[in-house]
Amino acid sequence: MKLALLLLNIKNLRKSFATPDGSVLTVVDIPAFSLDSAKQTALCGTSGSGKTTFLNLIAGILKPDGGRVELDGSPISDAGEAGRDRVRARKIGYIFQTFNLLQGYTCIENVLLGMSFGPGADRRWARELLGRVGLGQRLDHFPRQLSTGQQQRVAVARALANRPKLVLADEPTGNLDPTSAAESLGLIRETCQENGAALLLVSHDRGVLGQFDNVRDLADINRAAALPGAVEAKP
Amino acid sequence: MLSTVITAFSIALASGLLMSVWVVKDQARANFTGVDSGFDGVFGARGSKLQLVLNSIFHLEESPGNLSWVQYERIAADRRVATAVPIAVGDNYYGYRLIGVTTNLFDVEYREGKKYTVRSGYLFNPSKKQAVVGSFAAERLNLRVGKTFHPYHGLIFEKNKQHAETYVVSGVMEQSNTPADRVIWIPIAGLQNMAGHSAETASDVSAVLVKLRGKSSGMMMNQEFNLQGDVMTFAWPIADTMSKLFNKIAPVEMVLRAVAFLVALVAAGSILASIYNSMNERRREIAILRALGARRSTIFAIVVLEASGIAALGAVAGFVVDYVIMSAAAWLIRKETGIVLNPLEFQPVMVWAPLAMLSLGAVAGLVPAAKAYRTDVAENLTPIS
Repeated sequence: MKLALLLLNIKNLRKSFATPDGSVLTVVDIPAFSLDSAKQTALCGTSGSGKTTFLNLIAGILKPDGGRVELDGSPISDAGEAGRDRVRARKIGYIFQTFNLLQGYTCIENVLLGMSFGPGADRRWARELLGRVGLGQRLDHFPRQLSTGQQQRVAVARALANRPKLVLADEPTGNLDPTSAAESLGLIRETCQENGAALLLVSHDRGVLGQFDNVRDLADINRAAALPGAVEAKP
Repeated sequence: MLSTVITAFSIALASGLLMSVWVVKDQARANFTGVDSGFDGVFGARGSKLQLVLNSIFHLEESPGNLSWVQYERIAADRRVATAVPIAVGDNYYGYRLIGVTTNLFDVEYREGKKYTVRSGYLFNPSKKQAVVGSFAAERLNLRVGKTFHPYHGLIFEKNKQHAETYVVSGVMEQSNTPADRVIWIPIAGLQNMAGHSAETASDVSAVLVKLRGKSSGMMMNQEFNLQGDVMTFAWPIADTMSKLFNKIAPVEMVLRAVAFLVALVAAGSILASIYNSMNERRREIAILRALGARRSTIFAIVVLEASGIAALGAVAGFVVDYVIMSAAAWLIRKETGIVLNPLEFQPVMVWAPLAMLSLGAVAGLVPAAKAYRTDVAENLTPIS
């Protein structure tokens, strides 16, 4: 029997934002959350349940007000900004709902750029990844020359470029039609599995959530999401 | 893209201006103060030494007046004078001066080991209406050996002032890169006796170029003719007189330099403004890079490098601007004075000016870099509508 290793361990995570009227709005208040290595988990949550903020806290883009986020044994939450950047570059792949590809760069350059902040650009691996997501013939295309589904695939390849331990996917199929969404989701899951990366995907799409064995409702784990008036914080 | 090109161009302009102002200034000073045409001093009518030197050595300006032939003979006979060459001016051919001279001019070394030589044809016969044309003048006037021409009265070309005399081109001179290239040499008697010239002054000379025996001769003659005498002016040493001219025009150089520095500052401001303004549009791009793991310091460095890159582009293009300005200046100076400047000659300014532009670009990049540094990642990851 294969022993599952704890990859992500979260304790008493809290994040609040100041509102324009001067009050403080707590967006994330999660007593405990964990994810094993190579495991794929879906998080469901309605709009305003703090999904994106939660992922940004895990990725180290935001610093929590309190609590602890530990990834692969490294406490991200305690690290300084540069330390969090380093962990993000080396251990986390992030797939955004809007893909966030750099429009001035070709497919392969987008993937290589992601690598350059981590272990370093590896053109062969970038080509292999883009080939794996079906874009082997479009390496030198710019994002505007690709369909939405193809752009999503570039984003998947870029997220996996640094051989991350954890891939975070924020509503990755939100901008796709049902057929492309199903294809894309399958691709994300397969490539994560092939590369031994854990996947934490957030979505409110029942069709997407139905594909996962392990689905958690953010309302159950985020005490702030249950608070009346809690909204998805803009950042 | 357009603003990048315009900014790089303004940097190129500033860099090119700086380099060319410096190089023209240095080369012009070196050349003008270095040109003595092989003579130590010039005798002329009482007046400005500078005017005398400009007229007799550089063939510019009006003659300050004449010396009599007797005065010339007295100078030539002075035991402190090794060589005395009388010259007479007063006529032109299409704006190129005719200089009446004795043939001993061609025995003088205008630079060590170099004498004025005839490239094609032969030297004029002092008793004939013959002319030896400087290389530049020959090229511009299309005068070849055997061609004839009628001189015009005065130093400035006026169509209705043509002399009746006909001169034959006996020779064209080798290029010397001195003011001698842009004049037409004729026998001094020819110029003195040109129809229409006053009979009373027919034997006068405009100046006497002298080569002295020993340095003390110059000091003694300076004392004798300039301080104690009041008949003639002795411009000696020639380089000193030209140095004084350059010192007089030093404020103009300073203004030109100030203009170049101002252009550089405006260009730096333009880098700052164009990159700073683009930061708003690039907030998302920066946020994406940060989300991919780029550190704040990396983003800061990217923006500073971008500014430096634009400045570097401009600095490289600055060499083209410098070459164009220098070539135009060299052409004009050669046309007007015969002095040849070398647009490609290396000067330290060609290193420090581009480096200064690069540094200025980097400094100009600091402000937008600081703005990029402060970009909030989470806030800017969503598309800007």
